Amino acid sequence: MALRTLITRKTLGLGLQSEARNLGFGFRHARELQTFSLPDLPYDYSALEPVISGEIMQLHHQKHHQAYITNYNKALEQLEEAMAKGDSSTVVKLQSAIKFNGGGHINHSVFWKNLSPIHEGGGEPPKGSLGWAIDTNFGSLEALVKNINTEGAALQGSGWVWLGLDKEMKKLVVETTANQDPLVTKGANLVPLLGIDVWEHAYYLQYKNVRPDYLKNIWKVLNWKYASEVYEKECP
Amino acid sequence: MASFCSRPFPASSHLLATDFSRPLKISKLLYLQRKGQFHGSQRASKVLAFYGLTTPPYNLDALEPYMSQRTLEIHWGKHHRGYLEGLNKQLENNNSLYGYTMDELVKVTYNNGNPLPEFNNAAQVWTHDFFWESMQPGGGKIPGHGVLLQIEKDFGSFTNFREKFIEAALTLFGSGWIWLALKTKEKRLAVIKTSNGVTPIVWGDIPIISLDMWEHAYYLDYKNDKVKYVNMFLNNLVSWNAATARMARAEAFVNLGEPKIPVA
Repeated sequence: MALRTLITRKTLGLGLQSEARNLGFGFRHARELQTFSLPDLPYDYSALEPVISGEIMQLHHQKHHQAYITNYNKALEQLEEAMAKGDSSTVVKLQSAIKFNGGGHINHSVFWKNLSPIHEGGGEPPKGSLGWAIDTNFGSLEALVKNINTEGAALQGSGWVWLGLDKEMKKLVVETTANQDPLVTKGANLVPLLGIDVWEHAYYLQYKNVRPDYLKNIWKVLNWKYASEVYEKECP
Repeated sequence: MASFCSRPFPASSHLLATDFSRPLKISKLLYLQRKGQFHGSQRASKVLAFYGLTTPPYNLDALEPYMSQRTLEIHWGKHHRGYLEGLNKQLENNNSLYGYTMDELVKVTYNNGNPLPEFNNAAQVWTHDFFWESMQPGGGKIPGHGVLLQIEKDFGSFTNFREKFIEAALTLFGSGWIWLALKTKEKRLAVIKTSNGVTPIVWGDIPIISLDMWEHAYYLDYKNDKVKYVNMFLNNLVSWNAATARMARAEAFVNLGEPKIPVA
């Protein structure tokens, strides 16, 4: 399984396959519809044990994330058809499916980058400007962790808890979103630094109903390096 | 109309006691003391109220292999119990919500769409009570005569109802419930989706059957395979007996058609 990470290591961009549909002379040039594919994990399924079991990682990645991508592609295809026909009511009707499935794809793509095996630096507290910003905004890393864990545990139903950066105000915020709403639905200037999936599928097989334990433990594998990179890009 | 078997409508247990001198031996008593009468004066009427956890009307292993004992132990013993204890704790601090039946409490805390903090716990206690009673060992198959007729009238066929129910379960976004409910205004059955803990009683409809689509309801047994879960439920678990009893009661509130009054 280690071979996967060495040889087939792709950058975690969104896989793109474009379908060119050229309608030939005299017709309007059709837009290329980009379809999305499941990004690879930069680590093995079992690499986050014992914090998150390999079984959960595999189901989460191969079933749940894949389903969001499949349905997202389907909804986009239907949207394109409806737009071409000028079918406004279908266009509008598809928005919730796009938000849900597209959001699911966006959120999980970020999530995989937010996690990192302990031996690769997962859980190591942030240094540099992000560490300083956390102390300024929240008092201390412990306070931030407590805040996020409280919000995450209190979230009713399914959703995500985020550490976000308000690009304009240069402030860090803790936010929750429901279902698969991406962080940007809470503010157009918000950029996700770290997101924690608190849908039950993210932890149930291992932690059952004890979401607080999952939240307490996940900090051991959170990838502060990625969060720092994003932060430093927006706040140089 | 066809005759329905009569069975008392299942209700949540709701205990209310006023204690004057002899403390009642019930665990988890909560004191709500009236204003101005504190410092434990024994002569003051101490008002005690709490809701109890109803147990499913079957053993926790009775739904195997379609819903495992493990799932029921956690779903009922941890989730359902957790909502109940959370609710009792909230009520301890808010005695304006004291004295309602479970149904009333859900509607009051729903507050016409602007839910109070107690709504989530109250609603989830209610929905889970309803859910356990919507299932039975040896359930599934097709409903009895009267309910079947009504389903055929409102959906065209039982197969069509099944399809609609399954489709709703698979297209629900996030956590929630799927209901077969009697819509009181339209006077017909419909499949309804709700999110989180919302139940059709909050807008006056009458639920007949429910299916929990929160992941905790099926994840241990079916992982992500929702299709299998919903089919197993419809084929083997759903209690059409409970549906019949609920329909019978619903007919007291909703006029579903002209009664056949025999001509003398």
